Amino acid sequence: MEIRLKNLTKVFTDKRGNETVAVDNLDVVIPSGKLVGLLGPSGCGKSTTLYMIAGLLKPSGGKIYFGDNDVTRVSPDKRGIGLVFQNYALYPHMTVRQNIMFPLENMKVSHKEALRLTTEMAELVGIADQLDKKPAQLSGGQQQRVAIARALVKKPDVLLLDEPLSNLDARLRLQTREEIKRIQRETGITTIFVTHDQEEAMSISDEMIVLDLGRLQQMDTPQEIYDQPDNLFVAKFLGSPPINVVDAVVKGKKIIVDGIEVASTNAKDGEYTLGVRPEDFRVVEKGTFTFKREDIEVEVIGRDTMVRFSVGDNKMVRAVVDSESVRDKDVISINIKQGKALLFDKESGSVVI
Amino acid sequence: MTEPRRTRFKVKMARARWHVRNFFQTVGETIKKGLSKIGLGFLFKLPPFVRAMIYLAPALAILGVFTFYPIFNSVFISFLKDYNMFTGEVSGYTLLDNYLTILKHQAFAQSVINTAVIAFISVPLTIIISLAVSVALAAIKPLKGLFQTVYFLPYVTNSIALGLVFAYMFSGNANTINTQLSLSNAILKGIGLQPIAWLGIGATYWSAMSVILLYTIWNGLAFKIIVFLTGIQSIDKQYYQAAQIDGASKYKTFRRVTVPLISPMIFYILITSLIGSFKTYSSVVAIVGATGRITSGQHGPLDMRTIVFYIYDFLQNAGQPGNMSLAAAASIILFIIILFFTVIQLQVGKRRVHY
Repeated sequence: MEIRLKNLTKVFTDKRGNETVAVDNLDVVIPSGKLVGLLGPSGCGKSTTLYMIAGLLKPSGGKIYFGDNDVTRVSPDKRGIGLVFQNYALYPHMTVRQNIMFPLENMKVSHKEALRLTTEMAELVGIADQLDKKPAQLSGGQQQRVAIARALVKKPDVLLLDEPLSNLDARLRLQTREEIKRIQRETGITTIFVTHDQEEAMSISDEMIVLDLGRLQQMDTPQEIYDQPDNLFVAKFLGSPPINVVDAVVKGKKIIVDGIEVASTNAKDGEYTLGVRPEDFRVVEKGTFTFKREDIEVEVIGRDTMVRFSVGDNKMVRAVVDSESVRDKDVISINIKQGKALLFDKESGSVVI
Repeated sequence: MTEPRRTRFKVKMARARWHVRNFFQTVGETIKKGLSKIGLGFLFKLPPFVRAMIYLAPALAILGVFTFYPIFNSVFISFLKDYNMFTGEVSGYTLLDNYLTILKHQAFAQSVINTAVIAFISVPLTIIISLAVSVALAAIKPLKGLFQTVYFLPYVTNSIALGLVFAYMFSGNANTINTQLSLSNAILKGIGLQPIAWLGIGATYWSAMSVILLYTIWNGLAFKIIVFLTGIQSIDKQYYQAAQIDGASKYKTFRRVTVPLISPMIFYILITSLIGSFKTYSSVVAIVGATGRITSGQHGPLDMRTIVFYIYDFLQNAGQPGNMSLAAAASIILFIIILFFTVIQLQVGKRRVHY
């Protein structure tokens, strides 16, 4: 089911009449059958957007379409969605089986059929042996699976996940995100999940929507967004360690930082912000930046080596290079890889090509 | 502006707590020093259990004198024959005579019936009504404070005074109900019904009992609403959002989500209010009168006394030898009845309550 958000807006008004724009004219099309990550920092409006798609929050403006149907005013249970809450919201007094069966109780399904569907879902998410337990007797990861099974049991067209991995420990998180990906593949259901963790979003999304301050920043496949950020915010938000940002000047198709020519460009002359990802540096024989080893910080972490040096007004720059290339070298010379220098407008922050 | 002020208040509270703690620590050390000086330092070297007993002694003494001793003494008194409480004279001992006298007494049987009617009608109704009111209160925003106060007022008002007001609202007897309309009869007439002699001459058992029930139910709402409302408000909103997405109706959400999640509170209220209703006394005094009886009902005299009322009536004539023993025996029977229902409820609660 394709989901279209048209000029979706949500304004919260507090008791004193102060207005907060949580979602601002959001205009996106979420393709059918894809796993889409809604990514952004805290307070960017991603959960608000998810809850509006679910129908738990009423938009202040704009429309939501499921396929060709306008569902803006449709109640949550009639939208054909399944929602997994951040803390799962499993009914603590019901067994796992009763929890998964609860949505079916409210539909015209025979008891036998309901039991069959419940077992089928439990098998899909891998908790078939836990059906008679209460949620409190399960681990966090198992509770997560129960919540997904409960969301999927009525065969919704859309699955919504609110920060699905935030309550799990690091190892379980890795395992569960593969699991979510697998379940999504097997069911082919259009899935939207909210996260503030860029690594998580990049690792499982087919497409990513990056939000900030309620506005759409960029929507594309994770790799595209990483390689070709539309603006400085997106560039900074993705990647760990984060992108290096320094002031730069362009003069005669040359990017100049602190009097040193670092790369070439087609941009007009003027002042810009230069962004280079740490892995987009390379150690060469005679490059742009040359340092004595003892003057800079070199940290060998297995295959990669992190080199830290300062440029211009003591701006720290991190470069991640191949450990082999710096071995036994007293003088390290570093270049920016061809075509990897990103220029951003100083005022608007948008990328300059 | 409110935020910093609240923070300042919190800081002040924390400081106050700190000082109180320090104060007691200093007091404790001073006492310890003082006791050591007069040779009682060994007290602090006693085993923990002995020390705990010493600390508990004052409370145990008070409980012993005012609770445990009377309980055992009343059991003892119920085994005495012709006991005179002023002279202490006894003509002998008996195991069951007093109990049998009570059980054969027509008035006791009536008081058990009256009490049971009050308990088994008013308790379920109060719980159902107060649940409904709390759900409604939790759902509204405007005027919530006002309604909460209105429902809580009876709890802080004297029950005898309230009962008298009820008696006044339901006053009038068969001869005067058409001319001197009490509030209840004015309402009945207003909606086209016949006025009723609720409590006066010409009253029936159920007319009098319904006034008592109405009063008991209304009077019991306050506390239960507060407890249930607190419970409902502490339920995580996400359960309701989940139920909404799962397509559960309002009623189903109430039955499958709200009630189970506040079941410990419902259970607590059920036990305490059932015990309370078995001990009903003052409401009957206020509504029916100090005798607990309506002398000229439609079909003769009506006895509206409850078990506690029945016991108190013996104490009115406590001077007569043997009455104290009968009162004691009736109390023990009441105790056994309450114990019986409490045990049953605890057994049911094990299966029905989700903690």
